[in-house]
Amino acid sequence: MKLNRRRFLKYAAASSAVATAGALFPGASFGSWQKLKNNSGIISWQKAPCRFCGTGCGVLIGVSDGRAVAVKGDPNCSVNKGLCCMKGYHSVQALYAKDRITTAKIRKNGEMVEVPIKEALDLIADKIKKTMEKHGKDSVAIYGSGQWTIPDGYVASKLFKGCLGTNNVEANARLCMASAVTGFMTSFGIDEPMGCYEDMDHANVFITWGNNMAEMHPVLFSRMLANRKRRNNVTIIDFATRSTRTSQAADKSILFRPQTDLAVANAICYEIIKNDWVNWDFVNEHVSFHKGKTNIGYGTQDHFAFKDKAESIDFEEYKRFLEDYTPEKVEKISGVSAKNIKYMAALYGDPDLKVTSFWCMGMNQHTRGTWINNLVYNIHLLVGKISTPGNSPFSLTGQPSACGTVREVGTLTHKLPHGVVMNEHHRKMAAEIWDVPLENIDPKPTYHTVEMFRALDRGDIKFIWIQVTNPMVTMPNLRRYRDGALKDDRFVVVSDVYPTPTTDVADVILPAAMWVEQEGMFGNSERRTQHFAEIVKPPGEAMSDTWQIIEVARRLGFEKQFPWSQDEYIGKIWEEYRKFHAGPKHEMAPYTVLKKRSGVQWPFVDGKETRWRFNAKYDPACTNGKDFDFYGKKNHRAWIWARPYEPAAEFPDGEYNFWLNTGRVIEHWHTGSMTRRIPVLHNAVPHSYVEINPEDAAELGVVNGEMVKIISRRGEVTMPASIRGRGVPPRGMVFVPFFDESYLINEVTLDAFCPISKQPDYKKCAVRLEKA
Amino acid sequence: MPIFSYLAIPANGAKEMLCADLASLSHCEVIPSDNREVVVLVTDTPDKATEEKLQEKLKQLQTLQSLSLTFGYDDEKIKEKLR
Ligand code: SF4
Repeated sequence: MKLNRRRFLKYAAASSAVATAGALFPGASFGSWQKLKNNSGIISWQKAPCRFCGTGCGVLIGVSDGRAVAVKGDPNCSVNKGLCCMKGYHSVQALYAKDRITTAKIRKNGEMVEVPIKEALDLIADKIKKTMEKHGKDSVAIYGSGQWTIPDGYVASKLFKGCLGTNNVEANARLCMASAVTGFMTSFGIDEPMGCYEDMDHANVFITWGNNMAEMHPVLFSRMLANRKRRNNVTIIDFATRSTRTSQAADKSILFRPQTDLAVANAICYEIIKNDWVNWDFVNEHVSFHKGKTNIGYGTQDHFAFKDKAESIDFEEYKRFLEDYTPEKVEKISGVSAKNIKYMAALYGDPDLKVTSFWCMGMNQHTRGTWINNLVYNIHLLVGKISTPGNSPFSLTGQPSACGTVREVGTLTHKLPHGVVMNEHHRKMAAEIWDVPLENIDPKPTYHTVEMFRALDRGDIKFIWIQVTNPMVTMPNLRRYRDGALKDDRFVVVSDVYPTPTTDVADVILPAAMWVEQEGMFGNSERRTQHFAEIVKPPGEAMSDTWQIIEVARRLGFEKQFPWSQDEYIGKIWEEYRKFHAGPKHEMAPYTVLKKRSGVQWPFVDGKETRWRFNAKYDPACTNGKDFDFYGKKNHRAWIWARPYEPAAEFPDGEYNFWLNTGRVIEHWHTGSMTRRIPVLHNAVPHSYVEINPEDAAELGVVNGEMVKIISRRGEVTMPASIRGRGVPPRGMVFVPFFDESYLINEVTLDAFCPISKQPDYKKCAVRLEKA
Repeated sequence: MPIFSYLAIPANGAKEMLCADLASLSHCEVIPSDNREVVVLVTDTPDKATEEKLQEKLKQLQTLQSLSLTFGYDDEKIKEKLR
């Protein structure tokens, strides 16, 4: 028996290496490797989506003696076709670190004391009730995550918005995806990409906009590389603010100064029009032109409010607007040569080339995040390269269910599972499906994420329940929000799997089931819903976040709205939730179908997945009788927006003379609370660091590994320097990965956000450096 | 009783030699690529001491340019973590 188990582990080890080789050396073959034909029953393999990034790779989990012991890529999943990255291959080890939270804890006289989970759930329900009685319904809040399963987010929204009547529901996807959402809504009137990963097998040109795909979406990046290897007409352009592994693998790396992507995108449109590369048939039939407000602010003050106002313009006005963005003028702003701007414009403009643009946090974590999303859509719309195989403006997600749980379920203050709270028709639909009085659902949104934590600091919110996320590492301008959470009459509940700086501020800690210790669904970047079963048992008293919420809801008297039994609740919740999306624009697959397949793309109509939306050939929701139908907008057209370049909220000056840019590394998942407990990943990058340009480092007198103090107007952190590491920032910029709670870089960052999406900009603030 | 897998990149033009070197070591399984300069190495050692010795030997191979880990499983480490 033992022999067999080791044999399978060796098989998993070999398959992991072969797959990684395939990613690094496209086309590599290992003919001598005899695959094991079947398993002996000692290790059983079950499908799940990967727990980590928004790529949504399908994995097979090897279970032996009730423990998850191995992972391999699922060859039946079209996302990754059997491949995984290092996080995926080692993911099951994240279940078993020794400090796993397995019992509930309550703060008593300043000390966290273990209690039966029932006692903790009683206390939470009691606190919610009393806080609402004393301070009103908007004094309680829930803050979740793009790592919430779809049922987690759904029951959270149902309890808080439908039953308790507060719109204090937010999720950390506000910090990573909100600008993508508002970008889609303003350009197309409907959320989520029109294309899919299959675009990669058709495109000739890939342009990554501020997106280090080689590290953040490695499996997709390797698919791009494999396409370049297989076909001889594929070019990859990395357009970024620092040199990364993506730049090294690209055919061309073009660097721009932070924030000036706005100007470059406009310059590309200027060139397309000047050279008459416009696809007039497409533009005349399917596009309209608009402008919005300008000088829109940065949201750094409490209660900041902004509402955009769209005005129609004609093509001539749009053309005049672009005259400020000639390549020569933009070269001065952006540092990108006019020649390179013209080169990129020529790629987009060439009617014989199919172009896919990829982006993620670089464009979304941006004080003009909505605008830069609009501007990249403008480029694709002008040349009609959209919604056809290979022609795709593609916004990638960071978290496994940022799309599924936050965008589709609508776990943001203004959203409902279908539509928005401001719309009476949408409220009626929710009230009916949820079986609650219509008046329960408040038509006014309350707080977006930054403002929610400001409200907690001010005392407008007294109770907050945080699930599957670690805001005490990730909030920008962190110190204010940590001090706020620690104030005397605030009550903080945290559901998590390991201790974190967020559990440190908790009054109650609930042990949560992790990933395949529960049944659930995620939704990835390409509108793919992925079901997973409970494959192993959760440890101790840990329970799913969904079930925790149901337990509290019942204690608050909402048995009628949460009637399901523990052995069938996920299927029942899914079928209830599906009602919100009935119809060809967003139909979701039935539970029985999800259970069988390695992910199903929506709209799922008459048993068929929709790969390209808005294209009448593929999308059953197109009804206008034309080749394309942008049905999200009332005029059935996609909107081109005149959006100007405006500077960042804070930029280097005489006193704080460096840009600070923050982000991730391939080995670690976000705040590292899981991946730092996986020995292989932890040993690969055991701590964070600050990347400094070699010339700046020489001027500072700092060598690799020496400690450097990074100081902003908000705080400081001292950490080791990395010089000529895997990434090299240009002169005047430093980069810090945020995965390491020993170096809280967000004490330094600024809580400025895009006034439309309310998503903070983690990529730009001003700091100075000192040798420590 | 750790099991690891690695991508082994041979020194210039030394793939055949590297395969021979690796195959001559105990506890090593070697899977060369047919068409690229890369070799998959799977190691399966009975205990920590043997693992350390093997690591030392790997370090000394002249035909090996670099070794990058792709999979790691260690019963002992997992048991230790659970204790
Ligand atoms: S690319 Fe993302 S989804 Fe795929 S294995 Fe890696 S972390 Fe998981």
